[in-house]
Amino acid sequence: MGRSRYFAFQLAFTLLVCAFLIVPVCMSVMAGFTSNFFKGITSGFTLRWVFEVWDLYADTIFLSMGIALACLACTIVLGVPAAYVLAKRPGRITRMIEEFLVLPLAVPGLAIALALIISYGQIRGFRLSWTFILVGHVLYTLPFMIRAVLAVLSSTDFRPLEESAASLGATFWQRFFQIVVPNCRSGILAGSLMVVTLSIGEFNLTWMLHTPLTKTLPVGLADSYASMRLEIGSAYTFVFLIMLIPLLMALQLWGQPRAPRKAVAEDDPGVGAPARSAEASISTGRTQA
Amino acid sequence: MTSGTSVSLVECAKTFADGTRALSPLSLEIEDGETVVFLGPSGCGKTTTLRIIAGLESPDPGGRVLFSGEDVTQVPIELRNVGMVFQSYALFPNMNVEQNVAYGLKVRKVSGAESARRVREMLEMMDIVELKDREIDQLSGGQRQRVALARAIAVRPRVLLLDEPLTALDALLRERLRVDIDALLRRLGITAIYVTHDQAEAMALGDRIVVMSHGAVAQVGTPRQIYFQPSNRFVADFIGTMNRVRGVVSNGVLRIAAGTIPWNRQGEGDIEVLFRPENLTITQPDGGHLTGVVETVFFLGDRTRVIVRGVGDMVLVVETSDRHEFREGENVGLIVGPDMLTIPDREAP
Repeated sequence: MGRSRYFAFQLAFTLLVCAFLIVPVCMSVMAGFTSNFFKGITSGFTLRWVFEVWDLYADTIFLSMGIALACLACTIVLGVPAAYVLAKRPGRITRMIEEFLVLPLAVPGLAIALALIISYGQIRGFRLSWTFILVGHVLYTLPFMIRAVLAVLSSTDFRPLEESAASLGATFWQRFFQIVVPNCRSGILAGSLMVVTLSIGEFNLTWMLHTPLTKTLPVGLADSYASMRLEIGSAYTFVFLIMLIPLLMALQLWGQPRAPRKAVAEDDPGVGAPARSAEASISTGRTQA
Repeated sequence: MTSGTSVSLVECAKTFADGTRALSPLSLEIEDGETVVFLGPSGCGKTTTLRIIAGLESPDPGGRVLFSGEDVTQVPIELRNVGMVFQSYALFPNMNVEQNVAYGLKVRKVSGAESARRVREMLEMMDIVELKDREIDQLSGGQRQRVALARAIAVRPRVLLLDEPLTALDALLRERLRVDIDALLRRLGITAIYVTHDQAEAMALGDRIVVMSHGAVAQVGTPRQIYFQPSNRFVADFIGTMNRVRGVVSNGVLRIAAGTIPWNRQGEGDIEVLFRPENLTITQPDGGHLTGVVETVFFLGDRTRVIVRGVGDMVLVVETSDRHEFREGENVGLIVGPDMLTIPDREAP
């Protein structure tokens, strides 16, 4: 009896906390569908605001998706080889490099953005193009890709795999692309989902790096809340959620970097676990922001 | 197979970056078609030697590796044409059985039809045809090692290198696969180098055994030579069980505290003799050369292992197929067979 009462109490508390977090989101989404938020639901439902958002901000949505994909391409091209080298040569220097790569997470986005503007702001073509934002996003998301791939690389012993491939006649590049990369799939997938999610939601850096012609979705969102009707901002939030929720769900499903099934038992929790929990806490912090 | 590759190691030493000497200069000739087993405890340099032959490590300057007289010291592993089999199987998890076996052929750009034919032949040879579409994580350890063997020999390597291939398997499978590997090596006639710490494996597979200790060769010889004529204490102690007794030779007898043994060989004065458990026969307390007291008895089914104390400084291990039920504390006599050994008082290097 005591136990079930305890359970009921826990359940109630959990639901209360969930409600505390979810109700504002629902309110906001609701606002995007009401004809007049100040009159309330009685004013009726409409899709008008969603269409208006599309008219006003479609370009920000496309730009965000474009930047996210470009950022993904960059982080894969840079991050996978970097993780490979870090895993292959454990030592003080590689540890230092790893720490350096994580630095952009510790430094406030504003500071990174300012540093980029001071350094490269004079190059006009670059400053005005969307690639300026891309650089910031790559800096910020690269550690997530590296960590995810590194977790897989250090949970499996790749040395005998590469050595046997070499004995069969495979050159370094054949070994890298045919053996190492395919067996890091799970890490690359986890890292990719993380990178895309973070890039789409990134605001701190982008706020400083954007120009009126290169607005991303979160910047547009801030803009709409600041200068448009509340209903438009809310409808915009809804569009944002529609884009992010599938990614977040995919992240939950496949996002944990996992070694090949058999090796799971031998997986050293000391290697991957801290990185994973760090990713998780940072990602939740960011996407809610 | 490309028949006829002999392997020569010339003064191959290995010092790692941190200064540890893994291998003292080692020279060895391995004949074409021969199976040589490197045997020794962990850290004795046997795997390092194998890796030098494979091309995964390079010997210290001055050392050379020759394949049929051709210097391959500077040839990287991917061009050396060696087959490798690892303790951890090292199968590619992103490929199924067939793709694993075909990988070396794919890399070498062997045509599709020829590759398919050779893969089929390898799978048949290793008796794993029905596994060809399986994923690697759907295989047992023994099946994995069969796939790894098929993969290694599919490319027709000049030399087959096996690094503790059976160590990860359980006893029954190990025995079965050992027999199969033996048959395979005989059938292919390929030069094979096999690393293990298991003496039974070494005895069963090797044409010759290279016993290693602390980065140096302790003895090279056929399994029989290694077992019956160990050339130093290390080999004597490492291979099988060895009893040792110290005594004084005079007037044709070896006199020790627990009795005398007839002596008709060279040597005089203080001497240590060694003999295998099967060289001792247990008799009545007053009927043997030596007398002792039973300390422990292990019944092994086909034979009984009796530990006898009171003969020398150390207990003696005796193995007998006698059905007599020995009891602890029982007095026994021991007859020493003629195969006992003396070892020159020279420590293993």
